[in-house]
Amino acid sequence: MIPSAFDYHVATDVADAEAHLRDGGDDAKVLAGGMSLIPLMKTRLVEPGLLVDIGKLDELRYVRVHDERLHIGALTRHADLATNAVVRENLPLLAKVAAEVGDAQVRARGTIGGVISHADSAGDYCTVAIMLDAEIVTTRRRILAADFFLDFMTTPLEPDELVTEVIFPVEKGPSEYLKFRRRRTDWAMVGLGVQRKSDGALRVGLTNVASRAIRGTAAEVAVGEGGDAARAAAALADEVRPTGDAAVPAEYKKALVRVLAERALRGLGLS
Amino acid sequence: MIARDRVHGIRQDEEETLSTQRYSGSSIRRLEDRRLITGRGHYVDDIAIANLAYAEIVRSPFAHARVVSIDVEEALSAPGVIAVLTAADVLPHIHASMPVIECGISDRHQTPTQYPIAEHEAVYEGEPLAVVVAENRYAAADAAALVAIDLDPLPAVVDLDAAIEPGAPTVHDGAADNIGWDVHFPPSGDIDAAFAEAAVVIKERIVQQRVCAASIECRVVLADYNDELTVWHSSQMPHFNRLYVSEALGLPESKVRFISPDVGGAFGSKMGPYAEDYLIPIASKLVGRPVKWTETRSENLATTSHGRGQVFDVEAAASAEGKLLALRVHQLADIGAYFGRTGANPVISVHLSGGCYDWPMIEARSIGVLTNKMWTGPYRGAGRPEATHLAERVMNLLAEKLDMDPVELRRRNFIREFPHKNHFGFTYDSGDYETTLDKALELANYAGLRRQQQEAREQGRYIGIGIGSYVEIAGFGPSKMTAANQDEIGLTESAVVRVHPSGSVSVFAGTHSHGQGHATAFAQIAADALGVSIDKVLVKEGDTANTPFGHGTYGSRSVPVGGMAVYTACQKVVDKGRRLAAHLLRVSVDDVEFQDGTYVARSTGVAKQIGEIAFAAYNRNLPDGMEQGLEAVAFFDPPNFTWPFGTHICVVEVDPDTGVTSILRYLAVDDCGNVINPMIVEGQIHGGVLQGVAQALLEDVVYDPESGQRAGGTFLDYLVPTINEMVPTEVYHTVTPTPSNSLGVKGVGEAGTIASSIAVINAVCDALKPFGIHHIDMPASPQRIWLALHDAPAATAAKEPVPVG
Repeated sequence: MIPSAFDYHVATDVADAEAHLRDGGDDAKVLAGGMSLIPLMKTRLVEPGLLVDIGKLDELRYVRVHDERLHIGALTRHADLATNAVVRENLPLLAKVAAEVGDAQVRARGTIGGVISHADSAGDYCTVAIMLDAEIVTTRRRILAADFFLDFMTTPLEPDELVTEVIFPVEKGPSEYLKFRRRRTDWAMVGLGVQRKSDGALRVGLTNVASRAIRGTAAEVAVGEGGDAARAAAALADEVRPTGDAAVPAEYKKALVRVLAERALRGLGLS
Repeated sequence: MIARDRVHGIRQDEEETLSTQRYSGSSIRRLEDRRLITGRGHYVDDIAIANLAYAEIVRSPFAHARVVSIDVEEALSAPGVIAVLTAADVLPHIHASMPVIECGISDRHQTPTQYPIAEHEAVYEGEPLAVVVAENRYAAADAAALVAIDLDPLPAVVDLDAAIEPGAPTVHDGAADNIGWDVHFPPSGDIDAAFAEAAVVIKERIVQQRVCAASIECRVVLADYNDELTVWHSSQMPHFNRLYVSEALGLPESKVRFISPDVGGAFGSKMGPYAEDYLIPIASKLVGRPVKWTETRSENLATTSHGRGQVFDVEAAASAEGKLLALRVHQLADIGAYFGRTGANPVISVHLSGGCYDWPMIEARSIGVLTNKMWTGPYRGAGRPEATHLAERVMNLLAEKLDMDPVELRRRNFIREFPHKNHFGFTYDSGDYETTLDKALELANYAGLRRQQQEAREQGRYIGIGIGSYVEIAGFGPSKMTAANQDEIGLTESAVVRVHPSGSVSVFAGTHSHGQGHATAFAQIAADALGVSIDKVLVKEGDTANTPFGHGTYGSRSVPVGGMAVYTACQKVVDKGRRLAAHLLRVSVDDVEFQDGTYVARSTGVAKQIGEIAFAAYNRNLPDGMEQGLEAVAFFDPPNFTWPFGTHICVVEVDPDTGVTSILRYLAVDDCGNVINPMIVEGQIHGGVLQGVAQALLEDVVYDPESGQRAGGTFLDYLVPTINEMVPTEVYHTVTPTPSNSLGVKGVGEAGTIASSIAVINAVCDALKPFGIHHIDMPASPQRIWLALHDAPAATAAKEPVPVG
């Protein structure tokens, strides 16, 4: 790894991180697990002047349930989410998603706050956040997921603003997350999540189909109107407008949306 | 006796011939593994040397451009920078262009002259333009970004068909065309009549995409130009690289030492020489310090030679009874912007295009096409996977047209008499192709698989069964057939076997293991031949200072040629020992028998161990005229290539909704002659199969058709297989020893790859048959299969397959 030169500060607490980020301005970047940032620095696609390493802030590494909501500290790692009993009981969907992020090495280092802040359209947690109306807690405010993922790698975060927590509703009902990949450890070419909520409503989310994580509302509506899995899947495929490229044509992504939606909904017991 | 249970199917008669040996045929655990898997290996990048400087190569971002100017001033004044070298600095120190051997075709149409650095014109993305030398890698990389390069882009030649059109833009400015070679191999009879009268004829375009070798260790060069030049580099063939680089730099070969320590994989891509093998020694010369360059993964994917890159238009004819009549092969081989060392190597694909079958006639034309891309070079199998893919695709297409089981068509046309001379002048040494096929069919329960396939189709599931039978060429190669191809250096292999006074044994070999396990296999051969404990044998390779001139490791040659050199040197040692033993035992030489490390005088029954003889060889009581010492050097020149063969069977299921191919079963029956170490052979098959499966389903180097720049270029999008993609492979063997060497060994390093891409693709095509799809190219990615299903003649929707009989 031969990045360009940068200053490096290990934050002692959240306030210290904020202060250093403020001083660093646009040139500063937060280092959490580093699973996206370091490859970008390695290829010099990103050349920050200052890295503020928040990895030692153990106070941001927690999982707790409070008022029927699941609070997850931003530095909680994928491996912890995948195996944490509280997560598995209160939001099994999240544990399922976490278990399929990257490979074992990535899961041992990468954090949920990192994925949310990075806001890659292929980031699986972003989809879960969008479909379940999660709240993103930062050092300054609370932002609804729908207002947070603005575009590809674009969020309302200020340069000196840190994501500290993600709050999901507790949802113990049936759920599924299907991730279409060429290799087991790849990013999703298309990902699709479904969750039967405690109030009976169905939520559908899509990964890497648009420039940001999106809800699969057409499928939700179709199911709400009594449609079966095939009809809901067809409606969803009709609704999405994926951008394709030479490697993965848009029409193929649409087909994957339909297939994954139908399979996921069948997995939830729909006919 | 020996742990042979790991490899199944060694024939009974083989057991007997192996039984007098103690190590060969046994799954000895690899002697090098403790060191390598505990992180104690020594790779070039691990070498610490005082006063080391670091190099970064500045490369062309364009596929084709005129170099307008290069301004190094700003880079030169950056912190820690020692030198910034361009063509103007480097070229005066180079006295010979980079080598291109004949390798298959003697009359090339044109051979662009290549120097390690571009001066006026850059002809592929990644071509070196400048070398920054600095106190550390960071400073070198920072300064590289400051080298101001003004390039004027020129049209890029990318597509092979377009490249050979008259009037096409040329790869090299001012060239007449883009043809590297154009060779016609005429048929032995009236092939037009054969096609005209045939009951069935097939025609298909079969594409071998470009792939990256992607070895775990990238290339690394560390050069120390002092009174003599020492170069550590990660290579398969240090001796040849020393020869070329010393010549180019105007140094006596004796004053140049190339060392390849542990090498972390190569798959053909580290034969060289590469530009950096010249640039780094020259940088060291100019800055007066040792200089190291370590390739990044991005560089490795861009500028380490690619494999495959061939397009075949084939036509084949057969009689109604399934007798093969004629084959026509038209090859376009993507050379890249320069030939690389191995010239027209892709023509091997044509030479072996008939596969295991007795074609009455083959007509072929091979055109090497220059393009503005990285050059292609040997990649695991180098020509034989391409040939096998072609031959076995043709068999299935013909079988489909004949409405005949592909197994039956193979059976009716196998070559059965050996030695067999093929249409291109090669002689297959020995074989029994039908036995490997039968064994594979039986072990796979072929009839049962066909039943399962039928049942699955009735449930709307699409299972395919693919067969890949192959014969390959290995053991490169007899000097009488190869020297003309190799700068008049015959493809022999060398070894020194030295028995020390204490009786322990050093083996120095001219090959170079980059994962093959020579330290074990050669020790097995030497320990058996000398009758010593394997613990006493140490094998050394990779250093031109202590090994005789050798060709290195590639082309499944190390055991059949290098192993034979070790064996032959051991025989020479044994013979000298016999003369000394006779002297000490006071009997005639003829009276002394050697077995299992003991010299016995038949007449008296008195014996001496080889250890005693070794000690005596350094003492004073020697026969008249005998020099001290007990060692020998051997250069083994095989009488012929070796011709391993086998059959692989792959069973897949294709999901028509997503286009995903899942491998349900993979079974390999290979025949590489006698086996020295069954565990190593099994490992070679496992790794080779995965590599072929990855070409079939995953890997693809994609160049933009307009710009000639690669799409992506990291492991994010270049899909090398990981352990998750490993295919559980059932490994079996038959044993048909080669008559070409006394160990009866044929070589096995590439067999797994040779058979596997086609076994997978034939299975995928078999699965897609109900949809009217006859052929699919590699990689058979989900999207490619899905698109084919949506364009399929017999299926407007994936769910409506046509019934199959």
